Amino acid sequence: MSLFRGRRIMAGAMTLVAAAAMAACGSKTTDDPSATGVTADVAGDTVKVGLLNSLSGTMAISEVTVRDSIMLAVEEINAAGGVLGKKVQPIGEDGASDWPTFAEKAEKLISEDRVAAVFGCWTSASRKAVKPVFEKNKALLFYPVQYEGLEQSPYIFYTGATTNQQIVPGLDYLKAQGAKSVYLVGSDYVFPRTANKIIKAYAAANGMTVLGEDYAPLGSTEFGTIVNKVKSSGADAVFNTLNGDSNVAFFKEYKSAGLTAAAMPVVSVSIAEEEVKGIGTQYLEGQLTAWNYYQTTPGAANSKFVAAYKAKYGADKPTSDPMEAAYVAVHLWKAMVEKAGAFDVEKVRSASGGITFDAPEGVVTVDGTTQHIAKTARIGKIGADGLITEVWNSGKPVSPDPYLKTYPWASGLS
Amino acid sequence: MTVLFGQLFTGISIGAVLLLIALGLALTFGQMNVINMAHGEFIMAGAYTTYVLQQSITGAGWSLVVALPVAFVVAGTMGVLLEILLIRRLYARPLDTLLVTWGVSLMLQQLARDVFGSPNVQTRAPELLTGNVALPGGLTIANNRLFILALALAAVAALTLALRLTPLGRRIRAVVQNRDLAAVSGIPTARVDRTTFFIGSGLAGLAGVALTLLGPIGPTMGTNLIIDAFLVVVVGGIGQLKGSVIVAFALGVLQATGEYLTTLSVAKVIVFVAIVAFLQWRPQGLFTLRTRSLA
Repeated sequence: MSLFRGRRIMAGAMTLVAAAAMAACGSKTTDDPSATGVTADVAGDTVKVGLLNSLSGTMAISEVTVRDSIMLAVEEINAAGGVLGKKVQPIGEDGASDWPTFAEKAEKLISEDRVAAVFGCWTSASRKAVKPVFEKNKALLFYPVQYEGLEQSPYIFYTGATTNQQIVPGLDYLKAQGAKSVYLVGSDYVFPRTANKIIKAYAAANGMTVLGEDYAPLGSTEFGTIVNKVKSSGADAVFNTLNGDSNVAFFKEYKSAGLTAAAMPVVSVSIAEEEVKGIGTQYLEGQLTAWNYYQTTPGAANSKFVAAYKAKYGADKPTSDPMEAAYVAVHLWKAMVEKAGAFDVEKVRSASGGITFDAPEGVVTVDGTTQHIAKTARIGKIGADGLITEVWNSGKPVSPDPYLKTYPWASGLS
Repeated sequence: MTVLFGQLFTGISIGAVLLLIALGLALTFGQMNVINMAHGEFIMAGAYTTYVLQQSITGAGWSLVVALPVAFVVAGTMGVLLEILLIRRLYARPLDTLLVTWGVSLMLQQLARDVFGSPNVQTRAPELLTGNVALPGGLTIANNRLFILALALAAVAALTLALRLTPLGRRIRAVVQNRDLAAVSGIPTARVDRTTFFIGSGLAGLAGVALTLLGPIGPTMGTNLIIDAFLVVVVGGIGQLKGSVIVAFALGVLQATGEYLTTLSVAKVIVFVAIVAFLQWRPQGLFTLRTRSLA
């Protein structure tokens, strides 16, 4: 066996890996020339809904729990007699943490399965990938995760927070705590980059300095250099927009470098109870999060939700903000359909404004114009038991402002 | 200046991780010419071994100590099974080995998902390893990185000594240099192959234990590592350990320096460009085995 033969084989191996990668990226969605929407199949005594989440790849850690939560809501609705007398039939697809795959599966759910609505997507990259598919087919997507705002689609309902319901309160909290400088760390895709643009505009208007800004590719697990930079910057706080597995490596590195929540707190916007479990409380204790819901949020609606979730999936399974927003999304869709008296997308949309739901996070109200919902902002601290306890809340639901029109410092952002 | 030293150590520690994940491959690919795409999943097996042991052994420190030999045996056994069941039949068809082991890697990932679930699992690191050593001038060196560096160097030393001094090591080298001649000299080549594969895969398991201190433990953790591991072995040169050692540290320092001066993505590009340029200059890698074979 000569070494040159080995090299040739290696070249072959690399080509193969590259080809596989290209095949994954080059997938295309079928093009439907008719601009009329696909109507949902509601002829029988069931109505289909699509569940589109990553069950594999770097985002699975987060998205699997959202899938579980949607299933719980579907079961509850079916147990209560379904929607307009029809049983809800969930159809699940795996987006595989790959944006073209999301677009492909969305097309399949709409055109082949003819679902009445789709619940899912986590990363903004996946949402941006499916957005044209939903708009072309005039089908409905319910998107349950906090995101960077600056978006409004007639065919998407956003049940997670937009920036003024999560990031701005997070910054307000830091400012109130006396933080004068921040360091920004995020994953390298649309949400963190846009969020950081907003944070920089906020900082400029509020006398805060941004000492640095670093991005790591999604799935990256080497944070030695970034943590060195953060440490030598001497910032008062870190604003963390990392998503998925990278958080594990980042916080392990953070603790190893001797950085603590007391000396340099990290405010994270993508770490909820489920991620805390995967990272380890030993690395996270005392760090801050900005969300609209925690498992510990008081109220009868939440006690019921937490109990039902644990009964179905196990006592050790926590509930989290995106899960709650997904659960709320299914219930809101039911309320919209019942108010409209039909599954027809346009009728559901025009019925949506002003619908309220007694959600685990408190009462939420749908804003018919932006198709976002009013939510209470909550800052929390991660405890040794892995649960997050609220340290501050906005007192009342914050109206969604995806384009930050009510904030003078945000003019000029797009 | 402090930052510079900190960065240098970061580079060295990235190198130590690269070395650990590539060491087993240096043996199975470098010495035996088997392209094992499931090498990353053997690393994952080592990481999950640490997790399982921690469920039964409560002390984080002890479970890590116990995990090292156990993970070696677990991953090594998986390697031997793979060798006996599939690779043994494909020694003459290296490209088919690539496809087969890639399939195996996908199966093992799914198996991990079925057994442990898609979300990551966590292990508790011993408190001793979550701290750091403070040096004068505000420089800190993380204990877990020091531990991994020590482990990588110990593994290299043990492997080198084993290859140099033990009868088994001599047999392995004989088979690598000239399989036919080794066979006619009475060396049981099939058994040597199996043992080599056991050690190479076992080293992957060892890397998995170390990685629990740094990053996520999940079904897909091996995927990100496999390309890096192959790069180190190919650039280091096939059939020699010392090339892999030097290249692992060189790439680590290059990556850390590039990242400090630019960004993580650009640094990755710099590393790849450097590798391509280097291989244009020395297609056979840094060091190669001098044999009298004609090819």
